[in-house]
Amino acid sequence: MADQQEILSGLAEIVNEVAGVPVDNVQLDKAFTDDLDIDSLSMVEVVVAAEEKFGVKIPDDDVKDLRTVGDAVSYIQQAGS
Amino acid sequence: MPTSPRSDSSTVVITGLGATTPVGGDVASTWDALLSGRSGVRSLTEEWASELPVNFAARVAVDPLDVLDRVEARKLDRTQQLALIAAREAWQDAGSPDVDPERLAVSIATGIGGALTLLGQWDVLREDGPRRVSPHTIPMLMPNGSAAIVGLEFSARAGVHTPVSACASGAEAVAQGLVMIREGRADLVVVGGTEACIHPLPLAAFAAMRALSRRNDDPPAASRPWDTQRDGFVFGEGAAVLTLETAEHAKARGAKIYGEVAGAGITADGHHIAQPDPEGRGATRAMRAALADAGASADEVVHINAHGTSTPQGDVAEALAIRAALGEDAAAQVAVTSTKSMTGHLLGAAGAVESMASVMALYERLMPPTINLENLDPEVQLDIVAGQPRKLSEDRFPGAVALNNSFGFGGHNVALAFRSYP
Repeated sequence: MADQQEILSGLAEIVNEVAGVPVDNVQLDKAFTDDLDIDSLSMVEVVVAAEEKFGVKIPDDDVKDLRTVGDAVSYIQQAGS
Repeated sequence: MPTSPRSDSSTVVITGLGATTPVGGDVASTWDALLSGRSGVRSLTEEWASELPVNFAARVAVDPLDVLDRVEARKLDRTQQLALIAAREAWQDAGSPDVDPERLAVSIATGIGGALTLLGQWDVLREDGPRRVSPHTIPMLMPNGSAAIVGLEFSARAGVHTPVSACASGAEAVAQGLVMIREGRADLVVVGGTEACIHPLPLAAFAAMRALSRRNDDPPAASRPWDTQRDGFVFGEGAAVLTLETAEHAKARGAKIYGEVAGAGITADGHHIAQPDPEGRGATRAMRAALADAGASADEVVHINAHGTSTPQGDVAEALAIRAALGEDAAAQVAVTSTKSMTGHLLGAAGAVESMASVMALYERLMPPTINLENLDPEVQLDIVAGQPRKLSEDRFPGAVALNNSFGFGGHNVALAFRSYP
């Protein structure tokens, strides 16, 4: 399974593709909505792309708990283990 | 009948123009191409096109993806992309007006809306399943999507609207803007039309109606309004946007004034869902209503940018309607053109693009030609500006009036009257 750094860089690529946020700005402590300006529709895109990229399932009920990039990285790490 | 002078507070003028069309990526290049008689109609090179009875169209000259930011563009249907490009140009041309958002309105029309998104996401659903359907699908495909995006761009809060009347939609948006300014609902209205649905399904469907030209061996010659060899319209895409405000408002902020939107006439045929009334009675009433609304007489009309789509029936019906509306004497003094001979038919954007062309003709005192007119249909007894642009006679100014006609499937007729200003 991918380690934290690999998931972070993979997620950063997705966020860049979906929302145009520079890859270097996608850091563990950044909040998707408040810091990266990702709206709810784009967040759906990020989640679906992450599911495919990392081969995990992220149910909608869990998405609301993914406030920061770090939350998402941890979730994907655990879901994949 | 003398023209009743209107005060600056009740005169609605055009202060900004924007366009992206099959002949140019902005107003200047579009206008230049129209005067040069350049066709924007081309063969479609996609594999799917070869299987269709009609395999040519008029795509925009400049791909919107070369203009817009990638991330911005990916959440927008092509209709929205084109509308946004035209709206930004018009807004800048108007001097980026400082308007209270609650006094700023939008009316951006479309005939069909986000069909490319609808059809594209249907393919995604079938091939990859529901999870892959984009969450942006609905805001992209809804017909009001372009008006909404333009409204958001300028924070318009006095109302954001989308007239839908097939190929009369763009003209109806201009008419709606005129009414909104007159009624005092807004100080400035961004009006226009957008269309982008060059895709096998709409092409096959229009071809199934026998509405499209089948001149596959010579696409640039396919759109030939009033020519004896015309055989249907040419499917096009594009957008145009105008900013409207009172002359008083425009002068107070030192804006350039292109011309006056003097009147609008809107009628319906009540005849058939797709066939024009053979005598053009609804069109006649629309033109008369536009002139009455403008307080103009038929002999003040110097120019008509006709609907002129190059269909066998429609072109004759419109010619009859023009003569009936103006009367034979005045009709004989009017120079008529169809810029669709170059742009193709932009459906819900046509009325907006041709409003731009009508306004520019009065402003520049120069009328673009109708190309491909080799043998005038004997049933069309009008003075057509054929082949070369023609100067508008100076002795018809000031107060010269140009009409723009737009008719849509469903029997919708919209005539707009523009007047030179001052």
